This record gives sequence, C-alpha cells and structure tokens, in this order.
Amino acid sequence: MAEKENNKKIIIPFGPQHPAFKESMRLDLCVDGEIVEYADIIVSYNHRGIEKAAEQRTFLQNIYLIERVCGICSHSHTTCYCAAVEEIMGIEVPERAQYIRSFIGELERIQSHLLWIGVTGHELGWDTLLMYSWKDRERINDMLERITGNRIHYAMNTFGGVRRDLSPGDFPRFKEDFDFLEERTKYYLHVIAEEETFLKRTRGIAFLPTEMARRLCAVGPTTRASNVRIDARADDPYAAYPDLDFEVVTHDSGDVWARTYVKALEILQSIRMCRQVLDEIPGGEIRVKAPLKVPEGEAICRYEAPRGELIHYVRSSGGTMPDRIKIRSPTFGNWVVATELLKGICIADVPIVVYAIDPCMSCSARITVTDSARGTVTETTFDALRRRGRQGKGAV
Amino acid sequence: MTGILEAAAYLLIFPGFLFLLCFGLFCEWVDRRVYARLQNRVGPPIFQPFADLIKLMGKEDIIPTNVDRLLFQYMPLIAFASVMTSVVFIPVWGTSAILPLPGDLVVTLYLFSILPLSFFVIGWSSASLYPLVGGFRAATMLFGYEVPFILTCLAPGMLAGSWSVTGIMDYLAVHPASMLVLLPGFAVALVALEAKLERPPFDIPHAETEIVGGVFTEYSGKKLAVMRMTEDIGLVVGASLLAAIFLGGFVLGDQTFVWSGMDWTPFFNFLLYLAKALVIVFLLAMIRTLFARLRIDQMLDFSWKYLAMGGLFQLFIVMVYAGFIGR
Repeated sequence: MAEKENNKKIIIPFGPQHPAFKESMRLDLCVDGEIVEYADIIVSYNHRGIEKAAEQRTFLQNIYLIERVCGICSHSHTTCYCAAVEEIMGIEVPERAQYIRSFIGELERIQSHLLWIGVTGHELGWDTLLMYSWKDRERINDMLERITGNRIHYAMNTFGGVRRDLSPGDFPRFKEDFDFLEERTKYYLHVIAEEETFLKRTRGIAFLPTEMARRLCAVGPTTRASNVRIDARADDPYAAYPDLDFEVVTHDSGDVWARTYVKALEILQSIRMCRQVLDEIPGGEIRVKAPLKVPEGEAICRYEAPRGELIHYVRSSGGTMPDRIKIRSPTFGNWVVATELLKGICIADVPIVVYAIDPCMSCSARITVTDSARGTVTETTFDALRRRGRQGKGAV
Repeated sequence: MTGILEAAAYLLIFPGFLFLLCFGLFCEWVDRRVYARLQNRVGPPIFQPFADLIKLMGKEDIIPTNVDRLLFQYMPLIAFASVMTSVVFIPVWGTSAILPLPGDLVVTLYLFSILPLSFFVIGWSSASLYPLVGGFRAATMLFGYEVPFILTCLAPGMLAGSWSVTGIMDYLAVHPASMLVLLPGFAVALVALEAKLERPPFDIPHAETEIVGGVFTEYSGKKLAVMRMTEDIGLVVGASLLAAIFLGGFVLGDQTFVWSGMDWTPFFNFLLYLAKALVIVFLLAMIRTLFARLRIDQMLDFSWKYLAMGGLFQLFIVMVYAGFIGR
C-alpha cells in the first residue's frame, strides 16, 4: 500500500536477516537520501506457538517450555509463571526460595544489561565496548553456572520454590565477583558519560518525551529513561523485593544515551541487592510440595524482567493442564515506541534506535492480524500458518 | 635486456607486486592483532589474512543479473592497479623512489584518490540498495577528508620546496629537526588517512549494522579478494606515504655502513621504513579501537571544522617557518 504511493522513493529492506538485528525481523525503510521518511516494522518471523503448545502440556512440563520463551530472560518467564500458578494453588513459597529467586533474577538483569550495552556499542560501530562488556558478562555467566549448572536456561524454578540451594561456601567468591563487576560498571558509566563519539551518536537520538512514553505504554528501562517511575519490583513487589533495598533509576533526557545510562545504573542497583541477599538470606527449606493438579482459578502475575514489565496470565479448570496461558512480554509493549521513533531519523541511526528498546523478537512474535484499513482483527490458525510456512511466504 | 629484467623485478617482486602483497597482508595482521589485543581478545595468527585471501579466491564468483557488467568486473582491477602504481613514487630503501619524477607527490595523491572513487562507482554499478547507499556515502565522505588530506600532504612539499616525495625525503634527511614543524600536519594526515581508508570510526560506507556489506555487498569470490587486497595495499601505501613525507628524517642519509665489502645502508634504511610504516599502522589501529562510528553529517562537520582547519594551520606554520627561519 505504502509502496504504491511512493513509487519514486527508495525503499530499503532491513532484514529479515540483517547484521544489525540479532533475530529475524524486517523494517521497510522509505528513505529520502539518508533520512527515513517512514518505516514499516514486520515482526513474527519467529513465531513458535508456545502459548498454544502450553495448553497441551501439564503445568509442570510447561515450566520447561516457558523457560524457552527467551534465552536472555529465561528466569523471568519461569518466575512469573510459577508465581501465577502458585497463586492459584494457594501455596506459600519459603522465604529462602524467594531470596534465591530474586538473586538469580538480579544476576540475570546484570548479564542482560551488560549484553545490551555491548550490543549498543556494536550497533554504533564501536566493537571495543562490545568486547569489553561481554568479557565482563562472562563473570556473571560463570556465577550462574556455579549456582544452577547452566549458563542460559537456569532451570531453577519449580512450583513451591527453587530446585537448587545457594551454598554459603561460594559467598566469598561471589562477593569478589561483585566487587569486580561494580568497578567495571563504574568504568562503563564513566565511558558512557565522557566518550565524545558515543555521546555524539546517542545524545538526543530517538527522544521519547515523558507524556509520549506514558501514552504509548512503554515499559522497562526505555520508559524509566523518559522519567517515568515505573518498576514492578517497587510498585508491586514479589519474591524477596519487599525486603531488599534499591532505588528505581530514572533519567529525564529520554534519548538513547539516557537508556544506556539508566541500564548501567541499574546494574549497580542489582549488585547492591545481590550483596544484600548474600548477607541476609534466611535459612530453612527451599521448596514446599506442590499438588500435581491445579485447582480451578486464574491469576495474573507481574514481573520486572530486564527489558521491562512481563505479565503472565494463567487459567486453570482444575486439571493437570492449563486452559490458557497468556504472555505479555516487555518487547511487545515497546514495539509501538520503536515505530514512532523511527520517523525522520538517519539510516545510520536506525539500528541503534531499534535496538534501544532492547527488542526480543522471539518473545514478541504473535499471530494476530490487524487490518487497519478494514478495522478488523483476526487470529491466524496454526494450520494456516503451517501452510504459509510450506509455501515459503514468511511473515503474516 | 638487463634493464627490462631489472624493471620487471622492481615492479613484480620488490618493491612492487609481491612485496606489497606480503607487506599488505602483514600490515592487515598487525592491524587486526593490535585491534584484538586492545579489545581483550587474542587476535588471529599471522597467516590468517593470507588464508582468508586464498579461501576467498577459491569461492564462487557471482555476478548478479542487473549489474553493469563492465564496471562491476573491472573496477576492482582499476582500484588495485591505481594503489599498486603509486608505490613506484614512494621511497622504500633510502631517500629515493624507483621512479622519482618532479611532482610525483601530486601523482601519488591522485592515484590514491582513485580508491574511494572506485568505491562509489562499484556502489553505483552494483544495482543493489546497500551498495548504492554505501557508494553515495563514499562519495560524500570524499568531500570531507580529501581537502584536509591533500592540504597536509602538500605542507612538507612547501617546506622542502619540492613536489616530489623523493625531494621531500632528501630535504628531511638533511634537516631532521624540521619534522617537528610537520607534527600537527602528521596528526591531521593520520586521521584523514583513517577516513580515506574507510576504517572505523569512518567506516560509514561499509557500516555493517546499517548497510550490511556496504559497497561490497554484491561482490564475492575473486573480485572481493581483489578488493580486500586493494584495501590492504592502500593501507601500506598510505602508511608509506606518511612515513616518507612526515617521518622522512628517520633515514640513514649521508652515513654508510660497509661491512665485509658490502654496503648495508639500503638494508638498514629498509628496516627503518618498515618500522615507520608499522608505527603508523599501529596508530591507525589505535584510532580504530577508540571511537564509535560517526554519522555521515557528523563526519563532514568534523572534517571541515577540525581537519581542514588543522591542515590550514599546518600550511601557515610551514609558511612562517620557511619565510622567517629559512630553509
């Protein structure tokens, strides 16, 4: 539709496979010279039907499945899902398990933010920042491996608690790791605030005003960098967060730079919380027994994932399998922001503007077709999708 | 007959094709290695650039349907030949080049400018969007760095009163202290050279995260290998040119080292040349490590505000120095 109106304009396809995007997505940029006049975002190259598949598995099997919604925030998804199911079951998770959940959650946040800072450097053609921050991220991955046995999918959560305990013998080593990470994060803060070329490429780019962030319902660090104080850990505390001390980091400049700065400051807050967990973790059991059948009921759980607020809705009709699981991932809330911000920028800024919302495509692939011309919303069936796939047509 | 053989040896073996190729690959390795070490990485082994080249040579060479076949096929060769030719004007083992001409500095600068122009033509002839954007960017950038680069490269010429690289080097060998006068120009020329070679933070025509492969997106196999080689040799030629006209004083001019009946001076001079060129490659790698890629408008801003001013400042210093203190 748009192409017909602008026959003479150049339309540059970004994706579905493009070095700037770590996952499949497509942007059709209509450009005038170097300036983007408008952009069409086409997602859903990565739909895996997880919500549908979850309805055909038992609640317990679904922990395994839900963990694989995302690689970077796997713990976020399972914690959110487990909390929702526990609410329906009406069981109380032991305090030690709550602390461990928060601890792993914060470690996950640190590694996700470090990863993001690195990739931001890469999008700006500054691979040195990527290599530095990803090397430091290895420390976190090693810690997670030591605690859980895995670097990516930690498999820590189960109904009623966690599956592995923290061993006090590891605490001195972890404290050393946190000292190291704190020093490195302060160094990154210094680099982010001082490095001239970095400032040039991020200051004032993709400016998101406070009202717009509220209106578009942006979530996570993206909205906190626009001076909106919203954080599920503070607004609706879960796990051990009622007991932990932290500040919700906000910044008022609302650009890509502020998002980077907020994320770096959040790493410091996470380190602070992790130290507190190591000092104050209570003893006792790490799990209670949970029933196999989940009573009839429904629950919504909010969780502050590294990328923003994550919501899981679970409904049970009293059997072993859920009626419905609905996942609202943070990227889903931020897509609209990206489309708005892409208008009127340079081609050179496209990768960083899209990446600044910290997109996770596999989290946000949905098969709902909205036809704005006719004002209809239809859901594609799984079979229609498979037919499309066989014909090699790609996204809906 | 001996004359022809000698000329062929100069052109094909040393300091021509074979030497340039080996030294170019070596410089690429130094560059990559320094870059990697500065980034906490190990970096590639010494034969890696050579292995890359051989592998690329053996890959399938695809010519897309819609391209301008003539330009698409021959531009790599033209670019390659132009950078290769300029080496005959650059002294490698003493103060004298193989083929010194009056005014060869201008010829070298001209030949060296064909490289970015060829990027533009390649982008244009590729009939694809990413190369097209890359080509436009290459052409736009040309307006940024070309003037400062030429301004600063002419400064040593003004100082020496000669438009020949050999003449400049002769002068600097006699007056090594005047290299200090050229120091600001050397700094400007280094940054402009980084831009000319289109390396980060000026890799705007090749920006991977924006326009994929940039101007080379449609190239594959042998043509890509030739372009890669051209870039390596461009690095060597740029470094050698700066080494000759800004660091020309570090040379054994009058002294001679005769040992067991042989004159070793050219050998030592050659080692000095290698050292100077590698120092410049090292500095270029440092620049590449330290900064984020600029946007094209920021790059032009920077070139005209700082680089061009720096070039003019250098010319001014040289004029004052030559006028009042004398040659």
